[in-house]
Amino acid sequence: MAKQLHVQVVAVEERIWSGEAEMLVARTTEGEIGVLPGHSPLLGLLKEPSQVRVKLDGGEQLTYDVTGGFLSIDANGVTVLAESATPATPDAH
Amino acid sequence: MAGQVQALRRRIKTVRSTKKIAKAQELVATSRIAKAQERVAASKPYSEAITQVLTALASNASVDNPLLQPRERVRRAGVLVITSDRGLAGAYNANALRTAEQLIARLKADGKETVLYVVGRKGAGYYKFRNRPVEASWTGFSERPTFADAKRIGDSLLEAFVAGADDTDEHYGPDGIQGVDELHIVSTQFKSLMTQSAEAHFLAPMEVEETEREPGLRPAYEFEPEAEELLDALLPKYLNTRIYAALLDSAASESASRRRAMKSASDNADDLLKRYTREMNSARQAAITQEISEIVGGVEALSTSGSDV
Repeated sequence: MAKQLHVQVVAVEERIWSGEAEMLVARTTEGEIGVLPGHSPLLGLLKEPSQVRVKLDGGEQLTYDVTGGFLSIDANGVTVLAESATPATPDAH
Repeated sequence: MAGQVQALRRRIKTVRSTKKIAKAQELVATSRIAKAQERVAASKPYSEAITQVLTALASNASVDNPLLQPRERVRRAGVLVITSDRGLAGAYNANALRTAEQLIARLKADGKETVLYVVGRKGAGYYKFRNRPVEASWTGFSERPTFADAKRIGDSLLEAFVAGADDTDEHYGPDGIQGVDELHIVSTQFKSLMTQSAEAHFLAPMEVEETEREPGLRPAYEFEPEAEELLDALLPKYLNTRIYAALLDSAASESASRRRAMKSASDNADDLLKRYTREMNSARQAAITQEISEIVGGVEALSTSGSDV
């Protein structure tokens, strides 16, 4: 089942990124979470401040610095909602 | 006669320069509407997603958050009025302020004290001129509001709302701060380029709209952290989003209103120019005609008197 994960990164003022990815890694207040396709529905508050990593096909990775963010996983995919999200430099972590 | 021509010429010059200003304002406002609408559209994904998340959350968590509970006794009501920083926007500010006055009158009739919060220099000036106390005002961003502005407003409104929870009739409660028991917002809704309407809405306490769905279809969410904790964190964000959306909508309305006002001003200037030019031409012609008839009359008088002698 080579399903793809539909990811949206949405800031208050605009949609930052949306597309298909292999995996999403984020850190909630409880701990780090990796989301693969077919994850059960979840709502999580992201740690302040934190980074969200989106792993694309072919090993590429997008990293965003996120403040005031939370995460919603449902049947349609993952949505990261943030007060602000800026692309971080790839070697920041 | 020559004096009248001069006066009209001066007047035409004035109207022409006023028209230039109006025309420039109209063009600026036109481009601002497009930008404001883009920003409204750009903020849609977030507000839709947060609404969806909160609906899911509220149907899973017990609803005892102070932001969701109507207070038993409402003593003071906060009213946030959104106006513009600059004038020349037609009836935009007048409409917003009139709607606010109606709301305040209604709240007063219900025996509630009102506390004013104002966005925009025009609104702040309106209340200052009438010596009405304003709890807080924010200015300088009415045409280009950012989320940071909305957050600043939301934070202080929320603070007042939370502080109002323990107030009693005589005392300000243990925290010693006089807060508010409910929050209203007066903003201008952008309906279309021609229609914008000032409206008053409830901001807090919020209402949870339970969506009727088949029990089996609702996804069983996991929560990290607990649902109640999550609700505490998300509701203030939602409040800020509501304020941000209202600011954006009002900004678009302000520009649309200004564009319309400036368009009719420059059209009016065109009419005036036409009329004054006509008047000036006929005055000039009248002056010439009079001069000629004076000369002709003079010559005639001379020639008749000459032939007599």
